[in-house]
Amino acid sequence: MSDATVGQTKQFGKGQRTVPHPAQKAMKWYPVDDESQPKKVRKTLRPTKLRESLQPGTVLILLAGRFRGKRVVLLKHLDQGVLLVTGPFKVNGVPIRRVNSRYVIATSKRLDISGVDSKTVEKISAADYFTKDKKAEKKSEEAFFKQGEKPQKKQVASARATDQKAIDQSILATVKKEEFLSSYLATTFSLRNGDKPHEMKW
Amino acid sequence: MSGPLSENCVGTSRNSTAQTWTIRLFRQQPSRLISNPRLSTNFAMADIDVKLASWKLVEVGRLVLIRRGPFAGKLAAIVEIVDHRRVLVDGPSGEEQKTVPRHVLPLAHATLTPFTIPALPRAAGTGPVKKLWAKNEIDGKWAKSSFAQKTEKADRRKNLSDFERFKVLRLRKQARYEVQKSFAKVRATAAKS
Repeated sequence: MSDATVGQTKQFGKGQRTVPHPAQKAMKWYPVDDESQPKKVRKTLRPTKLRESLQPGTVLILLAGRFRGKRVVLLKHLDQGVLLVTGPFKVNGVPIRRVNSRYVIATSKRLDISGVDSKTVEKISAADYFTKDKKAEKKSEEAFFKQGEKPQKKQVASARATDQKAIDQSILATVKKEEFLSSYLATTFSLRNGDKPHEMKW
Repeated sequence: MSGPLSENCVGTSRNSTAQTWTIRLFRQQPSRLISNPRLSTNFAMADIDVKLASWKLVEVGRLVLIRRGPFAGKLAAIVEIVDHRRVLVDGPSGEEQKTVPRHVLPLAHATLTPFTIPALPRAAGTGPVKKLWAKNEIDGKWAKSSFAQKTEKADRRKNLSDFERFKVLRLRKQARYEVQKSFAKVRATAAKS
């Protein structure tokens, strides 16, 4: 009986009794408070369901971030309610970007984006496309203290630029066909006096 | 006419179509007239056009615009007057979505329009009302009225999409530019001469 938790059998006079191991003994005291029951989690993981109005090709108005107010074209749905959009870059300076679908107004204007190169879209929507490349040269302390030297301008990866062009090419062609559409995408949205966004139709 | 005016009044003539009366006023004592150099004619003091007040009456056949409730914005004809606050209306319009079922409507929820269905019998049923409605071309008349046109325009403006709003903005700008250009031309020629 080498097991630590097993009790011992002891001789008491004529009788024999098994004495439980101290760990197995009933407690002399019991806790004042009830043992708290762990809460049952009622949440479930569900795939995100986007609004009906967010169909690929829809013109969106961005509401937050660096490009707020810009009207952009929706390309694709990514994971977790993230949308892939493009300006097109040439029209309003918005590059291919991921945006949160919550911070977006979907307008009723829809472009035909069937001509967009699906391979490039597939490539862009891969998980690590937008994650930052690790910098080869880390900023050293020396560089920080070096005054006067101008920091180098950020270079846009040429691969990104070609992808942008490949995507925008067909969109730009469709944009050109309709009057006012190009200037519509180029102008930013803003509220003016008396505008009631909750009463507007988009 | 009663009182002193009727004593002095010599001639009245009635224009039956416009429902106006022209009343010519005279005074008995011409001597007072002479003292007033402003009055050129010998005896006449003034010509007054008295128009019959064109009240829009709550009457059977009067078309009312419903302003509140489920039929707000629609047109209906008064068929019967229930009491001084309520009327029975019926709006069998030719257009499907503009019809108003026969019901009692508080007058506080209605606006009287200048249109009527003349000679609508009291408490006429929906069928006859519909016939007379079509015969009097109420839908067409109403659509031509400035109120209906304004509301339609406002409605359309309200329901424009974002892109359409943008197009309106641009087109108005273009129109304004043309107008101002032609104005500038006129102004330039006016300054020269």
